[in-house]
Amino acid sequence: MTLAMHSGDHRLGEPHGGTVKTVIAGVEAVCDPAGALYFPEMRLLAVSDLHMEKGSSFARRGMLLPPYDTGVTLDLLAAVIARYHPATVISLGDSFHDPEASARLPALYAIRLRGLMAGREWIWITGNHDPHRPVHLPGDVAGELALGPLVFRHEPQSGSAPGEIAGHLHPAAKIVRRGRSVRRSCFASDGERLIMPAFGAYTGALNVLDRAFRGLFAEEQLLAFMLGADRVYTIGRRMLFPG
Amino acid sequence: MTLNAKPETTEMTFPLPEPFLEWFRAKGWRPRPHQLELLAEAEQGRSMLLIAPTGAGKTLAGFLPSLVDLTRRTKRKPGMASRGIHTLYISPLKALAVDIHRNLGIPVEEMQLPITIETRTGDTPAHKRQRQKLAPPDILLTTPEQLALLIASRDAERFFADLRYVVLDELHSLVISKRGHLLSLGLARLRQLQPNLQTIGLSATVAEPDELRRWLVGQGETGGMAGVITVEGGAKPEISILESAEHIPWAGHSARYALPDIYEAIRAHRTTLLFVNTRSQAEMLFQELWRINEDTLPIALHHGSLDAGQRRKVEQAMAGNTLRAVVATSTLDLGIDWGDVDLVIHVGAPKGASRLAQRIGRANHRMDEPSRAILVPANRFEVMECRAALDANYLGAQDTPPLIEGALDVLAQHVLGMACAAPFNADMLYAEIRTAAPYAALPRETFDHILDFVATGGYALKSYERFAKIRKTADGTWRVSHPRIAQQYRLNIGTIVEAPELNVRLTRSGRGKAYGGRVLGKIEEYFLETMAPGDTFLFAGKVLRFEGIRDNECIASNAAGQDAKVPVYAGGKFPLSTYLAGEVRAILADPARWGALPDQVHEWLEIQRQKSILPKAGELLVETFPRGNRYYMVAYPFEGRLAHQTLGMLLTRRLERAKARPLGFVATDYSIGVWALRDMGRMFRTGELPLGALFDEDMLGDDLEAWLDESYLLKRTFRNCAVISGLIERRHPGQEKTGRQVTVSTDLIYDVLRTHEPDHILLQATRADAATGLLDIRRLADMLSRIKGRIVHKNLEQISPLSLPVMLDIGKESVAGEANDVLLAEAADELIREVMGEK
Repeated sequence: MTLAMHSGDHRLGEPHGGTVKTVIAGVEAVCDPAGALYFPEMRLLAVSDLHMEKGSSFARRGMLLPPYDTGVTLDLLAAVIARYHPATVISLGDSFHDPEASARLPALYAIRLRGLMAGREWIWITGNHDPHRPVHLPGDVAGELALGPLVFRHEPQSGSAPGEIAGHLHPAAKIVRRGRSVRRSCFASDGERLIMPAFGAYTGALNVLDRAFRGLFAEEQLLAFMLGADRVYTIGRRMLFPG
Repeated sequence: MTLNAKPETTEMTFPLPEPFLEWFRAKGWRPRPHQLELLAEAEQGRSMLLIAPTGAGKTLAGFLPSLVDLTRRTKRKPGMASRGIHTLYISPLKALAVDIHRNLGIPVEEMQLPITIETRTGDTPAHKRQRQKLAPPDILLTTPEQLALLIASRDAERFFADLRYVVLDELHSLVISKRGHLLSLGLARLRQLQPNLQTIGLSATVAEPDELRRWLVGQGETGGMAGVITVEGGAKPEISILESAEHIPWAGHSARYALPDIYEAIRAHRTTLLFVNTRSQAEMLFQELWRINEDTLPIALHHGSLDAGQRRKVEQAMAGNTLRAVVATSTLDLGIDWGDVDLVIHVGAPKGASRLAQRIGRANHRMDEPSRAILVPANRFEVMECRAALDANYLGAQDTPPLIEGALDVLAQHVLGMACAAPFNADMLYAEIRTAAPYAALPRETFDHILDFVATGGYALKSYERFAKIRKTADGTWRVSHPRIAQQYRLNIGTIVEAPELNVRLTRSGRGKAYGGRVLGKIEEYFLETMAPGDTFLFAGKVLRFEGIRDNECIASNAAGQDAKVPVYAGGKFPLSTYLAGEVRAILADPARWGALPDQVHEWLEIQRQKSILPKAGELLVETFPRGNRYYMVAYPFEGRLAHQTLGMLLTRRLERAKARPLGFVATDYSIGVWALRDMGRMFRTGELPLGALFDEDMLGDDLEAWLDESYLLKRTFRNCAVISGLIERRHPGQEKTGRQVTVSTDLIYDVLRTHEPDHILLQATRADAATGLLDIRRLADMLSRIKGRIVHKNLEQISPLSLPVMLDIGKESVAGEANDVLLAEAADELIREVMGEK
């Protein structure tokens, strides 16, 4: 697979209000408050952990959660795509909540998803929840993808080369001020590696200070790009609380 | 609860079987008239409600019809099939069932009656439950949850084939909750299985006995009520308000000022029960008492968060009369026998006259002796509240809350349970459910929605047909689609949803990796969320240092000798009752009644009268004044904290719209304070914002809707409804999260459902719940209509005496849980300053 490094035409990919720019392994990226990461140079949009059909996955086991989670996730995705008009979209693994989930996708949502995919390159990175190619859907499938100094994979690998963009861990950060705490999903990055927030409507989140993140970041450089209502907030390591 | 009867020596001719007469004679007692009357009525086939104060021999009265009937029945011949349950006794507390077992067992044994009595609670081992199914006891003592399980089992029909009586203890406390709703549905099923079934309800005095009488019998087209026997209260309790020479605080809930007086009272009595309104107050009081406990009196602590083993120890010590005092929350409210308590001290205001009467009933558990009690108000408003409660108790006023309609989440749980028991016909189940008083007015349409919800989630998008939990089959009946569904039902039964809690494990400090240490009890997750490692807090009577959360446990170390950051006072679990609120307003409006108040409080009201005004009965006083660079508005509706919180949310929205630029508000049980950047007093005076318009009832329309949808209070309510209705599974103790994938936050579910199907039945249930519960909209609505045209505005140069308590609360308590992006922005700015080297 080849991916052209676009340059020049920045108008479409101009970051809008509320975003935060950051640099990973020398590549400029825009953290969007919706939880998507946009690379203007490549006109590439990355989203992670969509967990589509999580609701129906629970329904199979007798918990009849509202069957609208995929719809909400797709609405959000459609809005982000409309914002950046990316040439390429990478869905960074766990796009579907279980291996059968893509087959369960209600026709209504399958049509919408195909609409979003049309006219652009689309790469499904496999994840632990969806180790195989989604059925009845176009797009390329890969275990991981290297683009210049960047490598996109689902699960972060400690000790790997700089430039890793991963998901899987669903990072969140917490601050405490005046006795009140605020906990939000976040992008977590030390400039060498970036871990993306989970994008799906029913996805929970894990504090970046949890053991699961240990060894992934240079502690002192860690920044949490916390997702606010309509903007991203950059919070330093020393402001973060566990839990 | 004890089985006491009245001592008597004269010859008796009572309509009782010989063993009973013999037993009474041997004891030198005679049955009380209400016990015999209840027996006679029951023998006529009537269901009955017995209203009696503590110590009136309620339990014996309730069981007498069963014991007599069981004594008279023919002996079972060898080879005859074993008989089913004869009498079912249901109490709100496991401990109460165990207690009754002991107290009922004694006379049954002494009379050598051929009656078997057993308990069945969540603690009963599986093998014993199995055996009980095969060979049921004559009398089974159990809880509402166990009844739900029993009627949902496939052999329910056989198990209850011989059922004659259901005795419902502490009925007044059962009926006001969702547990009561579940129980009423269980009773409806029992009546279906056994149409001749009689109920006997035992209750403390309540405001509306007829509500309970209806509750006890099946509601047909014309209603129907059980008979009622009312036993007048025994000796009048001796209640006093603590007269302390110390300064009574303006605000706060700790009552620290009164500690030396409290300690002296403990020393002067045999056994003292100290009641407080919240767990954190219990912790604080216990800690402070031990600080001054120079005689090292045995003083213990008892509240619901403590480890069960520890609680049992305290209960045993209490029954054995080895303690001098116990600090307790509502866990001790109900009718358990606590040995020889000769004094009850109530710290903080009682919030309700009926609750106070109940708690005071704990002292001297004999009806004919007066109870002794001391009320300790924690601040000046509480002095008035205590005074009002005290007058109410003397007058015998009752302020138990009115019953509410049956909750829909409970109904959903019950419908699934009935499918687990046997295939059902929807028409017949609907008719059966309507015989339960809380569901007597249930519309068919709502029932059908619930049925649809139970089957496939009840969504407009019909994508779950293949995952249906119950299905309508060819013969028209609804059946469980898979045996696994019945298993899930059994694991998720009940209506009590605890806030997520973590074990508190005590380790040695400074040992970050230490995992050992004992579990002290459970603490709510939301409290831990606000803590950072190193913070100190009070728990299980100790000052602990928070070390961190590991493996879903709160790790803490001993921090004895340090000051604790006491858990935030969560507003008390009980809002000020409407009745007491009215009484406090009446005291305020009538200077003739101030004489009964301590001098300090008397003076306070006098100064208020000079510097501002005191509202007349029926008026709402609104004061405005500047302070610092802010403008304040304080209103005094006296409608309880929940209603005030809701009012605060709505007022700030309106002030925002009127460009008054409100910054925040704080609500107490008595008043509400709002602060803003613009002078609200001026806006009221100039007519820019008429007060009448600000407090208009129409705030309960669109403003309420708009705010509700965003409110964390609604999310919290939704979580309970989701668990009770079976939408999501409970987290069981010991069953740890195995990863974030296996759970979905109910907040996320709520957001998705609200945007895509705002009229979903579960959201309807949530709104109805919140309106009666956390938001207290009924009281707010009553208040707004009451004060219409009767708002008195007083513009002041400075803070008024009456506003002092609420002003002192500002800063200590803020409105939590609303959009917090402001905090994020501040934190982000700080980072920028840090990076840019600015100060």
